[in-house]
Amino acid sequence: MRPTRWLRRNLVVIAGVLALIYLMVPNLVVLAFSFNKPKGRFNYTWNHFSTDAWQHPCGVAGMCGSLTLSLKIAVYATIGATVLGTMTAFALARYRFRGRAATNMLIFLPMAMPEVVMGASLGTLFLNMRIRFGFWTILIAHIMFCLSFVVTAVKARVMSMDPRLEQAAQDLYATPAQTFYRITLPLAAPGIAAGALLSFALSFDDYIITSFNAGNSVTFPMFVWGSAQRGTPVQVNVIGTAMFVLAVVLVLAGQLAGGRRRARG
Amino acid sequence: MTSPTPAAGDAVRLTGTAKSYGAFTAVHPLDLAVPAGSFFALLGASGCGKTTTLRMIAGLEAPTAGTVHLGGQDVTALPPYKRPVNTVFQNYALFPHLDVYENVAFGLRRRGIKSVRKQVGEMLDLVQLGPLARRRPHQLSGGQQQRVAVARALINRPQVLLLDEPLGALDLKLRRQMQLELKRIQTEVGITFVHVTHDQEEAMTMADTVAVMNAGRVEQMGAPADLYENPASTFVANFLGTSNLIEAEVAGEEGGTLHLTSGGLRLSLPAARCRAQAAVGDRVLAGVRPEKITLAHRDDEDAIPAGRNRVPGRIVDSSFIGVSTQYVVDSPVCPDLEVFVPNVGRDARLAPGAPVVLHWDPEHTFGLDAHQDIDAGLDGLEAEARGAAPERAGTAATAEEAAV
Amino acid sequence: MTAAATEPAPPALPAPAAPPPALRRAAARRRRTPYLLLIAGVAWLLVFFVAPMIYQASTSVQTGDLEDGFKVTWHFATYWDALTAYWPHFVRSLVYSGIATALCLLIGYPLAYTIAFRAGRWRNVVLVLVIAPFFTSFLIRTLAWETILADQGPVVSFLNDIHLLDATSWLGVTQGHRVLATPLAVVCGLTYNFLPFMILPLYTSLERVDGRLHEAAGDLYATPFTTFRKVTFPLSMPGVVAGTLLTFIPAAGDYINAELLGSTNQQMIGNVIESQFLRVLDYPTAAALSFILMAAILLIVSLYIRRAGTEELV
Repeated sequence: MRPTRWLRRNLVVIAGVLALIYLMVPNLVVLAFSFNKPKGRFNYTWNHFSTDAWQHPCGVAGMCGSLTLSLKIAVYATIGATVLGTMTAFALARYRFRGRAATNMLIFLPMAMPEVVMGASLGTLFLNMRIRFGFWTILIAHIMFCLSFVVTAVKARVMSMDPRLEQAAQDLYATPAQTFYRITLPLAAPGIAAGALLSFALSFDDYIITSFNAGNSVTFPMFVWGSAQRGTPVQVNVIGTAMFVLAVVLVLAGQLAGGRRRARG
Repeated sequence: MTSPTPAAGDAVRLTGTAKSYGAFTAVHPLDLAVPAGSFFALLGASGCGKTTTLRMIAGLEAPTAGTVHLGGQDVTALPPYKRPVNTVFQNYALFPHLDVYENVAFGLRRRGIKSVRKQVGEMLDLVQLGPLARRRPHQLSGGQQQRVAVARALINRPQVLLLDEPLGALDLKLRRQMQLELKRIQTEVGITFVHVTHDQEEAMTMADTVAVMNAGRVEQMGAPADLYENPASTFVANFLGTSNLIEAEVAGEEGGTLHLTSGGLRLSLPAARCRAQAAVGDRVLAGVRPEKITLAHRDDEDAIPAGRNRVPGRIVDSSFIGVSTQYVVDSPVCPDLEVFVPNVGRDARLAPGAPVVLHWDPEHTFGLDAHQDIDAGLDGLEAEARGAAPERAGTAATAEEAAV
Repeated sequence: MTAAATEPAPPALPAPAAPPPALRRAAARRRRTPYLLLIAGVAWLLVFFVAPMIYQASTSVQTGDLEDGFKVTWHFATYWDALTAYWPHFVRSLVYSGIATALCLLIGYPLAYTIAFRAGRWRNVVLVLVIAPFFTSFLIRTLAWETILADQGPVVSFLNDIHLLDATSWLGVTQGHRVLATPLAVVCGLTYNFLPFMILPLYTSLERVDGRLHEAAGDLYATPFTTFRKVTFPLSMPGVVAGTLLTFIPAAGDYINAELLGSTNQQMIGNVIESQFLRVLDYPTAAALSFILMAAILLIVSLYIRRAGTEELV
């Protein structure tokens, strides 16, 4: 095949690979600079290789505290949003009822709203109700904006499920409760897992909404934001890289396990 | 409503059972009894209400009126998981997250049976799936999935096994094979089977009793051969096999035989086989099956024995299909009479354009009420058009009831 | 066997009997179930999303100060004042996010297409790589762009060596010999940050496109490009609409990229709302700005959806 023809056939793949590189470069920079020993406060220029930051990840005042807070909020927000969102999604996917269209709209709106608007609004409300900002206000805000994403993910999955499977279970002597635990839940699990994963990522990563509702609490993104003004410590890169690697490994392991289970037999 | 006491021998009894969705009536009030141990088929085109009927027996659909009895017990208000029936679903509805073994064991486990190994093993052997016990449904072929679905339902020893188009997704060869297989299993286990299908050949091959449904009503019910030989309506005549329906007028009656005229020709019809009122001057439809007709070249007309119904015509089209040759003949009584001639000795003169005489034994003629759609049940499109126009279908059915 | 065949159906039945009580109870239960499932989630959104919005609306027409508190005085002038004072920020927000959305579509489409049709067994790996950056806090990744685009860094040096920055400066998207603190940097950051939000919906709708359609189009004399234009792209339209919205809306309200990669000359409306709310403590102005932004976005989005002709978003 002539090279021009090859190029023409694979143009889209080349463009795709370039886009992937564009996506990956910052992560690689974060990884590289987690091994830097910066001259002065700013970790922007390469000085020399060091594993100091990896050996003392909590060596910066306040950072690991903020990380713990962020993880805690992400876990609780994920549980809350997943439970509420899954129930809502089942209602929307499985039943016809009065107010269904309005509910769909209500679910869609938070996703179509700039974060700064949602954050400022909720913050104003808390402020005027004289509610103390902190852990609980952050958690409430996070469940609020994760909810819609869970509903969307679970709803899509439930709507694509064959209702005859549940009827078959009922036909085979499964009570409604048994049908739900043995058939419905396992079949909806991928959608629920996707929603939960998305919730965790959104909650852990959120800065804008959190900044309006955090008061004096400092989440990890807020710590990074604050430190950006006076020079981010190398440890921030360590955490970023660790989260990235952990996520990739977890997802790949999950896929491998799923693949092996499928292949068995 | 006086509910008749269910006969002891009936596995399923529907009494005035009906289902409507808003203004649309899927199933008109229906009385139906399925004798225990029989292989019963509900036959009809898509949308005729046969699947809804099945789902009401299974408990997956609540009737809007009437009752459902299973083996003498009123189960109308029972949820599906409390009914002693099991269903083989269309496209099988196998649980994708469970393997073959767990699919088959599902019903036993739900009923709290702890040691299922022996029963599941036996059942998998019965359907010849033993070695595939640990496969997932998506790793099986269509025929294998179908057998898992049957095993999963049968293992519970239901009073009635419901089959919803169980062979619809299989190719022709496999379908034939599974028809015999299902029949074998039914004879072996002795459970009542209620089988829903749109394939008339399948229904006739497998079932002891066939109920032909159309637009939410049962048009006719009986043994396959009886339905085929003595259709009670144009729908049944056209839907089960092929029928030539000739519009005719009653000219007189003599010794149990009706004399009809059509297109200037005289035809005979045994009065006992006429489903319509037949006073002199009444219009009836005279029907005859294509394989009952003998086709002779015009030159051989003198050799035709006396006393047979004769119709002269001209061959319009012929198609060779192996076991027989199918001819379409233009005649004064009907522009497209169909004739099936078995391939014994082929007459080379019988080609399109040839003048012919059709003749058949008058005993093979059946008579139908002329006040119904002559094309009812001809094809799926026709059936759907009828479903969409309930008044028309309703008239036909009322005429049919009057005829019975 | 026909002996058991029943007598013919009675010609007419009495009016349909009412279903038995057990069935009626089941039906009533079924009617209640969706509301029971919904109530918690809907209540959460009503209390913490809708109520704040309404409260925000009232705040925007309040006057007062921190000491004496704010009162509703129907002071609509706040809107006018906010608009006259900050219209450049609005324009900048919409222009930057519009360009970033277009770039995301341009960059994201080939990648989504590659994953859907050309990646083969690499499909899942590439998908994970697209999602994975989510897990490195996006602030950290934006800060990484600060490193990449640093004035003395290799990228900027290279761009200067080939005199590309002279050209872009002439166009007005960069200034002098640097990239940081220019519109280019902010748009670059926005594009980067919201690219996955474009790729995922695109991929989802492309994945549903039957690969055989490509063969069918080719069979009917369509060149690969015509196939794309007439078959693939129209079929991926729901993904395009969803992706552009998921990119444009958050990008329009974003202030992190402008803050970290831009200077005061690239500030977007998000920066203003943030500082009015958290630093100036002028809540009515912050609320009015929020509402103007929301209205602008809703207007643009509804016009866009009507143009794109897709209403399957909800």
